Amino acid sequence: MTNQASTSFINIGERTNVTGSAKFRKLIEQDDYDAALTVARQQVENGAQIIDVNMDEGLLDSEKAMQTFLNLLAAEPDISRVPIMIDSSKWSVIETGLKCVQGKSIVNSISLKEGEEQFLEQAEKIRLYGAATVVMAFDEEGQADIADRKYEICERAYKLLTEKLNFPPQDIIFDPNVFAVATGIEEHNNYAIEFIEATKRIRENLPHAHVSGGISNLSFSFRGNNFVREAMHSVFLFHAIKAGLDMGIVNAGQLMVYDDIPAELKEQVEDVILNRRDDATDRLLDAAEAFKGEGGKKQKQDLTWREGTVQERITHGLVHGISTFITEDTEEARQNAERPLHVIEGPLMDGMNVVGDLFGSGKMFLPQVVKSARVMKQAVAHLMPFMEEEKAASGEAQESNGKILMATVKGDVHDIGKNIVGVVLQCNNYEVVDMGVMVPAQSILEKAREENVDVIGLSGLITPSLDEMVNVASEMERLEFDIPLLIGGATTSRIHTAVKIDPSYKKDQAVYVTDASRAVGVVSKLLSAEGANYKQEIKESYKTIAEKHLASQQNKRRLSIEKARENAHNAEWETTKPTKPTFIGTKTFTDFDLAKIAEFIDWTPFFATWEMNGQYPRILNDDKLGEAATNLFNDAQTMLKKMIEEKWVTANGVIGFWPANSVGDDIVLYEDEERDTQKATFHSLRQQIARESTSGKLRANAALSDFIAPKDTGLEDYIGGFAVTAGIGEDIKAKEFDDAGDDYSKIMVSALSDRLAEAFAEYMHLQVRKDYWGYASDETMSNEEIIAEKYQGIRPAPGYPAQPDHTEKETLFNLLDAENQAGIELTESYAMWPGAAVSGLYFSHPSSYYFGVGKIEKDQVEDYAKRKGWSLETAEKWLSPILNYIPE
Amino acid sequence: MSLDRIEKFKAAVKERILIMDGAMGTMIQRYKLDEAGYRGTEYAKWNQDVKGNNDLLSITQPHIIKEIHSQYLEVGADIIGTNTFNATTISMADYSMESEAYKINVAAAKIARETADEWEAKTPEKPRFVAGAVGPTNRTASISPDVNNPGYRNVTFDELVEAYKSQTKGLIEGGVDIIIIETIFDTLNAKAAGFAVLSAFKEVGRELPVMISGTITDLSGRNLSGQTPEAFYNSMSHLNPFSIGLNCSFGAEHLRPAMQEISAVSNVYVSAYPNAGLPNEMGEYDETPEEMAGKIEGWAKDGLINLIGGCCGSTPEHIAAIAKAVAPYPPRQIPEVPVKMRLSGLEPFIHG
Repeated sequence: MTNQASTSFINIGERTNVTGSAKFRKLIEQDDYDAALTVARQQVENGAQIIDVNMDEGLLDSEKAMQTFLNLLAAEPDISRVPIMIDSSKWSVIETGLKCVQGKSIVNSISLKEGEEQFLEQAEKIRLYGAATVVMAFDEEGQADIADRKYEICERAYKLLTEKLNFPPQDIIFDPNVFAVATGIEEHNNYAIEFIEATKRIRENLPHAHVSGGISNLSFSFRGNNFVREAMHSVFLFHAIKAGLDMGIVNAGQLMVYDDIPAELKEQVEDVILNRRDDATDRLLDAAEAFKGEGGKKQKQDLTWREGTVQERITHGLVHGISTFITEDTEEARQNAERPLHVIEGPLMDGMNVVGDLFGSGKMFLPQVVKSARVMKQAVAHLMPFMEEEKAASGEAQESNGKILMATVKGDVHDIGKNIVGVVLQCNNYEVVDMGVMVPAQSILEKAREENVDVIGLSGLITPSLDEMVNVASEMERLEFDIPLLIGGATTSRIHTAVKIDPSYKKDQAVYVTDASRAVGVVSKLLSAEGANYKQEIKESYKTIAEKHLASQQNKRRLSIEKARENAHNAEWETTKPTKPTFIGTKTFTDFDLAKIAEFIDWTPFFATWEMNGQYPRILNDDKLGEAATNLFNDAQTMLKKMIEEKWVTANGVIGFWPANSVGDDIVLYEDEERDTQKATFHSLRQQIARESTSGKLRANAALSDFIAPKDTGLEDYIGGFAVTAGIGEDIKAKEFDDAGDDYSKIMVSALSDRLAEAFAEYMHLQVRKDYWGYASDETMSNEEIIAEKYQGIRPAPGYPAQPDHTEKETLFNLLDAENQAGIELTESYAMWPGAAVSGLYFSHPSSYYFGVGKIEKDQVEDYAKRKGWSLETAEKWLSPILNYIPE
Repeated sequence: MSLDRIEKFKAAVKERILIMDGAMGTMIQRYKLDEAGYRGTEYAKWNQDVKGNNDLLSITQPHIIKEIHSQYLEVGADIIGTNTFNATTISMADYSMESEAYKINVAAAKIARETADEWEAKTPEKPRFVAGAVGPTNRTASISPDVNNPGYRNVTFDELVEAYKSQTKGLIEGGVDIIIIETIFDTLNAKAAGFAVLSAFKEVGRELPVMISGTITDLSGRNLSGQTPEAFYNSMSHLNPFSIGLNCSFGAEHLRPAMQEISAVSNVYVSAYPNAGLPNEMGEYDETPEEMAGKIEGWAKDGLINLIGGCCGSTPEHIAAIAKAVAPYPPRQIPEVPVKMRLSGLEPFIHG
């Protein structure tokens, strides 16, 4: 047995205690709270389950130091995830501390030192603040040193608390005083034994109460010799824990494993702790000389799982995503099996079923499953030659659960989600035919016939893809397909599927799939014996959804476009002076430094890509997701480093600025400062929501043009634009991984390229604000604040909520000459290629903000069509996701 | 509340899932009051705009508040919450109305009391209870409003205790049966409220059942100050509450995991009153009564709840649908929870 193995004992870190740590005291005295927080963080990282905070130092304002430190801790989620022990001998400091913590903490400590009245008064307050408490074995007579007195005081305190105050006994922790041994004073020799004996009696006689102690006191006489001190603590804990000690203030990073103490030293220490020989102290003092300055521990990789059966090893490898041994384990299984196929159907599928069950019950997370799939593929790859050989001999083929065709629709290039779904399906023994991105309806349907697939899955991220999906569905109807159609991707929704896709495809069923974790469940039900019932259920639920949607649309009040314009955003032009950019025209950046871009990555959406929702960095310490998130993050860091060092992708960008003024809801750009020749026009859309005011102030019905000075103000205003990518070369790398059967890395490289492109846009925006446009040249912000968009000005992208019309991208790309300058192209649906790209407009006005246009009425659509030079029908096609009416 | 009423309440919750009311603010919006409407005659000359101060309406438009309570009671609510979400001196500072806070609480409690009593007289077999609503205030005791100064706080524990204590006394004076500390986004604020409520009980010499209701702010499943539901439970259980649960947050669908977590660990009754779905792109709640009730029926079926109602966006129609949906199911059984020391930081820590 080792101390660490005992689950009933908890460590309380003591490095944030000014009386226990000279280093911490100095930091607090010097007001260096940043470094003081680092000390706390290290303790939690080293495994402290509770941290002890003590500010009792004569020269400090202890109340203020306690308050400051606890307030700062509250802002550090990776530290404040653990409970806090508020440690002081002064009640006022304890009470100050209790007013700062939202968690349920422990007070350390109160005692009967000043009599019953004060003891009960303080205990009652502690109860009101909602904390547990340490009670010292200390009474009116003084601190107890022998077992009998220690126990008597604790028993008295226990009765007072539970009988007079109804204090929950499980929230009482007794500290029967750890005193120093081996001090040379004979009376001290039995102190450890007295403590252990008292502990035993408390635990046996006072139900639910706990016992704790400040362990480092014990070895006080060996200050300077950490090796011997650690050994003493370890031996003491070994015996005290057996007696019932279940908490202790210990430096979690400095505790020797009991079994690692050299045998001779262990005996000498045990002689001291257990007071077994009169000369124990002298012998330990002599021995201690030899250990001065020693220390250090090694960590070994645990390979005990290699001792299991071949099935156990394969399952372990799959569940933990370890590929090191999979080939040899698969080979062993193959030699035991009659046919190579039996290895897949037997041990490998059994292992994958465990993975599937764990994933289904929320105990494994997507990145781990994708890693499992990588191991699985490696195993299958090893078996392939044997199966080919067998097939050549017999002519049989293996059977899968079903065949699924997957494609990202025409005009769209986004495929991370589709790839993830593909992997999850493959893990569950479905055969996946992946047609990649930008696949026209005709090719999808031809391939589906040719491969005789059981299901078609469509994916898309940008809004025009919704129409393309309806098109595929109608084509399936026309061509008399009778297989299910799965719909997935960021802009798709159950409502859209129910309202638009379902009615277009009646010969079988279109099904919306929320995320990858649902895909297997849906497909297996569709293809099972109850498939027909399941489809019927879906059909009915979609019918209800569609009816409700129709009903709800009719209640939504909208303003007329004239009324909405009257309530435009007031940018207070009388007092605004637009800043002139440092240049007019465009500026190109090729092969930009990826390392610099990487500093600006916002990691939260990266986790969302992997269907792990939570804020970074908090997600790394999350109860459920923490471990998986940390592993994913580490893998991402490793790949990101390689991407940068080996230049897997190239980052290019182009930015531009032009003289501009607004005219109505349009923004007119000029050739030059003369402002007499028009260069281009950006059209904007205005919110038509009927505002209701609850705070006295009516929010505006905004359009982007509100942020540019109207021509009739006579002000010389400007607009900017940008297009950046970090995805040039990504497709080549992704294909390399795909060919190697490594889906995990394939998805990872796409996800990272996306993040780099977003970070590049963020970085470029910063440069624009500070230098190129220079309207915020004195801006100083941390990366976190930048990610939180706390800066002045916005960079909305066409196709997104502030201007939902994707076609505006064409105007922007022409102005920037983005295709030639940065290598970014637009597809026929106005998606950008490479997919890892970001574009948008720059607005500098101090009151500019992000908003969503929301649903709009026909009067605005007619007006917009006129301004764009479109027919009403064309306008309704491109604006279909935001129409507040059903076009004729 | 007389001992008799407390006993009635305790008996009712054992028998069935009790129905709480729905949103107050959503209903008030329907009246489309203007500045003059909010001011009424009482505050016609107040030196600052008061439009949006919904709590003030208990004084200036008592019939509106009464009508709303009445609508909820009519569709079967067992418990109605007073219109006092922001009636602390701290929140009233927005309108320079600190001095009016106490009065507002007394007035709101009286209206709710009167309306509940009228309905109880109509349907004596169904006793109606009034919960004095204690909101989170507009400040946070454990989060700094200044990103550059994480140690700074714009409200202290003591200031919160003072404000909450006065509110509690006002609610008791007005005749509430229960105190509900609700929409807790910062647990430290709620601990101050709990401290104040228990201190107020001691001072007036009367103890009422206390309900606790937190709120989850995003899909990470935590409250704004970062605690998980179980950690939150551990932080609040010292109040010996009558019930604990969650309200507001997102709609029932996304709230379910957090409800399951609380239901599994709580050794007291569990309550919930979610929003009517997530706000749509317009910031409106558009979950229909049937949709919301359908999701909540699942909770009742799985034995997760003892008390149920609605928050933002919910209306009497929603409450009627919910009451109907949960009627066939028995209330949640309180599980055997082992006696252990249950501490928390942002996460729970159990020892014993």
